[in-house]
Amino acid sequence: MTGPDALTGNLRRLEEIVRMLERDDLDLDQALALFEEGVGRLRAAKERLTEAEARVARVVEDAAGVLSLTDLDD
Amino acid sequence: MTRRSLGGPSGDLFDDGAGSKRSTRAALTVTELAAELKHAAETVTGQVWVKGEVIGLKEYGGGTWYFAIRDAESQLRCVMWRSYTQRMKVAPPEGTEVYLLATPTVWPQRGELRLTAVAMLPTAGVGMQQLAFERTREVLERDGLLDPGRKRPLPSYPRAVAVVTSPDGVVMHDIVTVARRRWPSVRLVLVPARVQGEEAVDQLVAALGMVERLSGIDVCIVARGGGARDDLLAFNAEPVCRAVAAVTVPTVSAVGHETDVTLTDLVADLRAPTPSAAAELVVPDRRATAAALASLASRLASGLSRRTTLTNERLARLSDRAAAALKANLAARRQVFERLAAGLEALSPLAVLSRGYGIAQLENGTVIRRPAQVTPGERFTVRVAEGTIRARGE
Repeated sequence: MTGPDALTGNLRRLEEIVRMLERDDLDLDQALALFEEGVGRLRAAKERLTEAEARVARVVEDAAGVLSLTDLDD
Repeated sequence: MTRRSLGGPSGDLFDDGAGSKRSTRAALTVTELAAELKHAAETVTGQVWVKGEVIGLKEYGGGTWYFAIRDAESQLRCVMWRSYTQRMKVAPPEGTEVYLLATPTVWPQRGELRLTAVAMLPTAGVGMQQLAFERTREVLERDGLLDPGRKRPLPSYPRAVAVVTSPDGVVMHDIVTVARRRWPSVRLVLVPARVQGEEAVDQLVAALGMVERLSGIDVCIVARGGGARDDLLAFNAEPVCRAVAAVTVPTVSAVGHETDVTLTDLVADLRAPTPSAAAELVVPDRRATAAALASLASRLASGLSRRTTLTNERLARLSDRAAAALKANLAARRQVFERLAAGLEALSPLAVLSRGYGIAQLENGTVIRRPAQVTPGERFTVRVAEGTIRARGE
């Protein structure tokens, strides 16, 4: 789960989990399992939020048409 | 003119001897005749306005146009040299009716009659650029490239954003500034291209093609700062529009000032009024996401503690013996909860399900406890350790 929509998926599922926990029709086993899943998803989501600042890159194409990236000084 | 019979004794084959002005000459050379025709063509009307449709226009020699102008019955070949076409900015679309200011001439080397044009005005009362714009728009529309149904949503949390724009100028700088402020770990990749001038169309098409060859790009911004209308022409060119449409990740176009709408804007999945606004639309705000996450975390914790409180209340209503047995059970479970709540990560997710249990739920999420909750034919799901099984009541 690293694609652009992994975080979207985690947030959406967390909403779902919280709504289920806030209802009364789960037994404790289910509630615990959902809570555990929620903790895992919270952790994954937090990781995305705290990733380090990325460098800005520039595409360079060589004579053979091969693309490479160099850091862009901005 | 009378003509003597061929091979007569006087010797000069075509000398008609009847006093015409060329009577003293022998046959003209081709060059002489061509020169006379050229002179005649250039003097009979001189420079003149002619009205007709432009067809078969081809560009050679870095900007010289070769085409024909025609009406219902006739057509004449034309040339418009580069120094004149440069003022035109865009070529007239096929079939455009124009007024042409031209001088007829003959090209002796090829034996061809040509009109040498120095000015061209569309008869429709709108500029040539507008005509070209409308024509290209029609073509793109016919091919479905402007169809609203084609528009793709942007990814909510992109990791890498390609930016097709000029390596010079402030556009990239503006985008980097906004993106870093909103979500610093988003990776920006500049794909450089000239955005105005003769090479702009080719370079933009090439750069958009490169975006396809980069791995891990989630969204593509095509941007150019504000400028005169003529400076934005490349973004109305059909090849650029088609290249934007061919990019497989969602595209955002930000070209010129807020009031300028280019065809590239119409083909892209989203139009932004300025390059900075494009960065705002593409890159989410980390602080807002962090706040949403914090709220979910606290609801998650209170959701579970409420759950355990309810269980305690239920236990309190039960008989002592039963309560004692269940309390022991609950205590053991609460330990599990506390370990989890303390952030212990040793337990695998879905521990319960991994032991082979499943949770059957109706589509609205209600847990199924009695067969009567499922009507025949109703869909429900069974969650097991490794996923969800879709099922239907018999």
